[in-house]
Amino acid sequence: MDLILVNLIDGLVTGLLLFMLSAGLTLIFSMMGVLNFAHASFYMLGAYFAFQISIYLGFWVALLIAPPLVGLMGAGVERYGLRRVHQYGHVPELIFTFGLALLIEEVVKFFCGNDLQPYTQPEILNFTAFAIAGNSIPAYKVFMIFCSIGIFLVLLYVLTKTRVGMIIQAALSYPRTVEALGHNVPLIFMGVFGVGTALAGVAGVIAGPVLGTFPGMAFVLGSIVFVTIVIGGLGSLWGALVASLLIGWITTFAKTYNVGAADVLTAIGFEKPVDLSESALRDLWTLTSPQIADILPYLLMVLILVFRPYGLFGKRDA
Amino acid sequence: MINKTKLGLAAVLAAGISASAAFAENIKIAFIDPLSGPFAGTGVNGLHQFEFAAEKLINEAGGVLDGKMFEIVGFDNKISPKESLIQLQVAIDQGIRFIAQGNSSGVANALTDAINKHNRRNPDQRVLFLNYAAVDPALTNDKCNFWHFRFDANADIKMDALTDVIASNEDIKKVYIIGQDYSFGKAVAAAAVRNLEAKRPDIEVVGNELHPIGKVKDFTPYSRKIIASGADAVITGNWGADMVGLGRSVVESGYKGPIFTYYAAGSGITAAFGEAGKGAILLVGEGQVNPPVSDRAAEYYKAYKAKYPDGNIDQGRIANVIEMLAKAINEAGSADDVVAIANALEGMEHDALFGGKLKMRAVDHQIIQDVHISAHTDENVTFDYDNSGYGVVSESVVTMAAADSATTCQMKRP
Repeated sequence: MDLILVNLIDGLVTGLLLFMLSAGLTLIFSMMGVLNFAHASFYMLGAYFAFQISIYLGFWVALLIAPPLVGLMGAGVERYGLRRVHQYGHVPELIFTFGLALLIEEVVKFFCGNDLQPYTQPEILNFTAFAIAGNSIPAYKVFMIFCSIGIFLVLLYVLTKTRVGMIIQAALSYPRTVEALGHNVPLIFMGVFGVGTALAGVAGVIAGPVLGTFPGMAFVLGSIVFVTIVIGGLGSLWGALVASLLIGWITTFAKTYNVGAADVLTAIGFEKPVDLSESALRDLWTLTSPQIADILPYLLMVLILVFRPYGLFGKRDA
Repeated sequence: MINKTKLGLAAVLAAGISASAAFAENIKIAFIDPLSGPFAGTGVNGLHQFEFAAEKLINEAGGVLDGKMFEIVGFDNKISPKESLIQLQVAIDQGIRFIAQGNSSGVANALTDAINKHNRRNPDQRVLFLNYAAVDPALTNDKCNFWHFRFDANADIKMDALTDVIASNEDIKKVYIIGQDYSFGKAVAAAAVRNLEAKRPDIEVVGNELHPIGKVKDFTPYSRKIIASGADAVITGNWGADMVGLGRSVVESGYKGPIFTYYAAGSGITAAFGEAGKGAILLVGEGQVNPPVSDRAAEYYKAYKAKYPDGNIDQGRIANVIEMLAKAINEAGSADDVVAIANALEGMEHDALFGGKLKMRAVDHQIIQDVHISAHTDENVTFDYDNSGYGVVSESVVTMAAADSATTCQMKRP
C-alpha cells in the first residue's frame, strides 16, 4: 500500500517531466504542422547550458538563464532555418529537424566530450523531503513537481485567457485570416517555436541532475516524446498532460511490480508447460513486466492509433 | 607546370619513404577499440594510457632489443565486431604483430576466433592478441587459444573476490542483484548467485533482475523495488550512464547499504557520483591507485596527469601489458617470432607498477593478480578521478585472486 503511494509520486515526477517536453512539441506541431525531431536535442542543450552556467553562477541562475538561451536558439533555428525550408513542404522540414538533432548531438560531443557531466542538484535541495516506509522522496523531486505544475498553469493561462493566447489559437486554425487582420504570423510562429524549445530547455535544466547529462540523453527521451503527443492528440495541451501522466504511471508501476507473463496467462486459464525449455513460447512465459515496461507506451500508442487516431484529446482527424 | 607537379610528387614520395624508413625499427602495437561513437570516451582514454605507458615505461628507458621503440597505432572499430575484423586485417597488412583490444567481450570473441584462424593459415605472419579488458570468462575457458592473453581479472575472478568480502560481513543477509540485459550482465548475475550459494548459503538473493541496456531513463522504480525487498547489499555490473543512473537513484531513494560494482569509476562517473556515492559505492578491480603503492607509481600517475590533465589512469593493467610484452620480447630475443614471445609470456611473473605480483597462467593465459575492493570517497585520495576531488581508495585486497581456479581450456600449442 505504501509502495503504491510512492509509485504514484514517482510516476507523477516522470510524467510531469515528460509533459514539459511534449507541451512544447505539441504547440509547435499544432502551429506549424512540423514534427520537430530536434526537440529533445533542445532539452539536452538546456541541461548542458545549465551545467556550464551553474559552474560559475550556481543552479538558480542557470535555471533562469539557460531556458531563454535555448529559446533564443530555437527562435533562431525557426527564423533562419525552418522558415526557409518551409516553402519546400513538410518532408524537407522533417529532414531539416532530423539533421539538426544529429548536428546538435555532435556539437555537444565536440565541445564537452562523451563523458557524463558532473551536473548535480543544488545543495539547498539536497535533503530528503519525507519518507514513506523507508522510501525517501528527495526534496528535489518535490521541487520538480511544483516547477512543472507551475509551468502548466502559466501556459494554460496564457493560451486561454490572454490576448496573445487568443491570437496564437486563431493563428493555429486560420493563419491567413489572422494575417489579414494585421498580425505578424511568422513572428508568432517564431515566438511559439522559441517558447516551445525554451520549455524543453527548462525540462533539461531540472532533469539533467536526475537523469544524467550526457550526449545520449536526447536520444533516450526523443521517441517517447512523440509517443506522448500522439496519444494525447497532436496539438492538445491537456492531451499532452494526460498522456504524459499516463505514461509516467504505467511505466513506473510496470517496473516496480514483477508481474510475470506466467501469472497473467495462468490467471486467464492457460496452462504452463512443464518443460519450458522445449516450449516454443518459452520467451512469452518467462516475460516479466519490468522487461516490457518501456514498450507499454508504444503499445498504447498503437492501440490509440487504431481506435482513436486523433488521440485522446485531439480535435481533428489525423 | 606539369614538371613541377611531378617534381613535387616525387619529393613527397621520397619524404614518405624516408619517414617510413625511420619508423621501420619500431615495434607496432595495434590498438583496436572504439575511437568514435558513444563509447569513444572509454576508448580514447585507453589509447592515451597505452601511448603513455609505451613512451614512459619503454621508450624513455631505451626501448627493447637494443633500442627498438614501441609505437601504438590506433584503429577505430566503432565497438562493432564486424568492423574490428576489418581493422584487424588492416593492422596485419601493415605488418603489425601485436593486437590490443579491451572494450566489449563481443568484439574480443570475434577477434580471438579470427586471430586463431589467421595464425593457423599464415604461419609466417602470426599475431598475438593482448586482451586488456574484455572479461567474459569464456575467453580463457572454452574459447581459449594460444594467441590470446588476458591481462584483466575475468568476471568470475572479480565476483569471487567481491563475494569474499560479502561473505565476511555478517550483517549482510539479503542481496539484490541487478544488471544490464546482455551477456555480461547475465554472467555477473550467474556468478554472484553461484558464489553466494557456495560461500554463504544463509544469504538470501532477494532480487535478481536485468534491465534494458542504455535505455532506462529513470531508475527510481528499480530503486523502490530494491528498498522494498529489504536488501542489505546490491551487486551490479552496470557501466556508463546506467551505472550512474542506478547508483544515484538507489542512494537518493533512501537505500543505506553498500553497492558492489565493477565499473563505477572514471570516465565522468566518479565526478557524477560525488558526495552521493560516498560510503555507498564499492568497486572490485585490479591495480591500486590510492594510496599510491610506490614512488614510481605516484610519479607515473603525476606524469600522466601532466600530459592529459582531463584523463584518469583507470586501467592500471595497461602498464602491465606494455611491461610484460617488452619483457617477453627481450626474453625471446625477437620482435617477430610471436611463438617465442608467447612462450615467454606463458607463466611469466612480474611486479606490477600499481602494486602486487602478476603471473600469466600458462594453462589458459589468464593473468593472476591481486584484486582490490576499493571505496568511492574523498578522504585520503592522492589521485582523484575526473578532477572531482573524489577517487577510489583500496579497502581490502585478495592476493593472487583465484590462482587455482579451474579452467575448461584445452590449449593447442603450435
